[in-house]
Amino acid sequence: MVTAIGFEGSANKLGIGVIRDGKVLANCRTTYITPPGEGFLPKETAQHHRQKVLSVLKQCLEEAGVSPSEIDVVCYTKGPGMGAPLSTVAVVAKTVAQLWNKPILGVNHCIGHIEMGRLITGAKNPTVLYVSGGNTQVIAYARKRYRIFGETIDIAVGNCLDRFARVIKISNDPSPGYNIEQLAKHGKKFVQLPYCVKGMDVSFSGILTYMEERTSNLLRSGFTPEDLCFSLQETVFAMLVETTERALAHCNSSEVLIVGGVGCNVRLQEMMGEMCKERGAKLFATDERFCIDNGIMIAHAGAEMFQAGVRMRWEDSGITQRYRTDEVETVWRVD
Amino acid sequence: MEGFELIKQGAEAKLYKGIYLGKPTLAKERFVKEYRHESLDSFLTKERMKAESRAIVRCKACGIRTPALYLVDFKRRIIFMEYFEHSITLKDFIESCSSPQVLESISFEVGKMLGAMHESNIMHGDLTSSNILLVNRDDVQKFDDVSELYLVFIDFGLAQFDGSAEDKGVDLYVLERALNSTHSVANKIFPKIIEGYRESYTVGCKEIFSKYEEVRARGRKRTMVG
Repeated sequence: MVTAIGFEGSANKLGIGVIRDGKVLANCRTTYITPPGEGFLPKETAQHHRQKVLSVLKQCLEEAGVSPSEIDVVCYTKGPGMGAPLSTVAVVAKTVAQLWNKPILGVNHCIGHIEMGRLITGAKNPTVLYVSGGNTQVIAYARKRYRIFGETIDIAVGNCLDRFARVIKISNDPSPGYNIEQLAKHGKKFVQLPYCVKGMDVSFSGILTYMEERTSNLLRSGFTPEDLCFSLQETVFAMLVETTERALAHCNSSEVLIVGGVGCNVRLQEMMGEMCKERGAKLFATDERFCIDNGIMIAHAGAEMFQAGVRMRWEDSGITQRYRTDEVETVWRVD
Repeated sequence: MEGFELIKQGAEAKLYKGIYLGKPTLAKERFVKEYRHESLDSFLTKERMKAESRAIVRCKACGIRTPALYLVDFKRRIIFMEYFEHSITLKDFIESCSSPQVLESISFEVGKMLGAMHESNIMHGDLTSSNILLVNRDDVQKFDDVSELYLVFIDFGLAQFDGSAEDKGVDLYVLERALNSTHSVANKIFPKIIEGYRESYTVGCKEIFSKYEEVRARGRKRTMVG
């Protein structure tokens, strides 16, 4: 029986969670929200995490109903992410690990998403679409690693959506992507936007530039912000579904799992579901509790690693901003 | 589509096999993708059918084997093309091949063809080991003697023809990534492909490789937040 606590703070979400043998005991989170038209910067985000981390930790332990002595391993996000927020949270994780005299384990953020998705949905060996503010990857498992089949060759899809939200100045509360999704539901007219798929890779920077340059003209010529949100979503999601389908066909896989913050977008899930139906595959997705960055996924992935015998020396318990999904050997997977 | 039977559902299209004008024929139907917006779907389908047929014709002109084109039907969204009775994908070939020498010589050949393609400003756009076929010259199901085999490129739906060094670099990068994620021997194959590429594409390939390195660095060094 492994009880693990996980600390996550690679971007603007601060999350702490406790898991015991695949059962979620607590999953607490707070988000740093910036004013409309602005994104979050490392320094201010780290400040937010510093201010909130102890109260979230307290709340998390209370909710879980476990005392520190019952915890077997303290897990934290080693990377990838923004340097300052990452190290802020890592320092706290290392401190409590020493206070409680528990082993420490650094976890790859992307692996956390994938393993949590598998745990919650029960998907066995899915082709994974990992979409968030900083990542866009199509991943499949092979030979003891999560291999990246396709990814963005420039900015992430969430970044593209967030930055478009800044262009039309919509609220960042609870998240820009969520507000785009709500507006898009009322969009009617479709604007043809650049569509950029290169094999299993995608590119979003051209679409963003297009939007940045023409939004004011489009708004003047009879399109509403709703129409633009709608067209943007339809276009970028079609690209994601298409590349996922390519990977699916290439790997002869029959399961798709969507993880990451953008993954809780219902329209994306609908489109992916439609594609899966067309080819007799099965779609697995989760809601915002597990899609959006959280502590529990770090705790779960860490627990899996811990159980498989992975240990980390204190000297290695640092952080890294660049940490690719395929750098981690998945010793806990037996297939 | 009388007399045609569905043999595979690829990523983009349904593939049917049958006889057309007395020849074994593959019908590639880019069926309506319900998940995407209607106007986006019809736009993309048309673009890709155009790209595919154009690429096939251009490849012919520079001596690269592709399936021969029989009929392009925009209304029904179907391209009819030559069907190879006896073929194996490069993917399956690599996985079943145990001889390093054979792998190297095939890879070199792939590189040469690719170089010729790029030299004629044809960018495939979706290079993977599933999109290259090996066909026996004598039309038999035998793939153990490399000297009897020739290479056929398929799936040109994402092809481009503007010929910038950046696009060619991306093409190579896409291939490298596809190989890396599919084959454990990728690190032996890809350098040979590059070697072959350099041999057939002599003038101007320096710029392509510097673009390729650039694209590669973009992928590797991206910070990937949250």
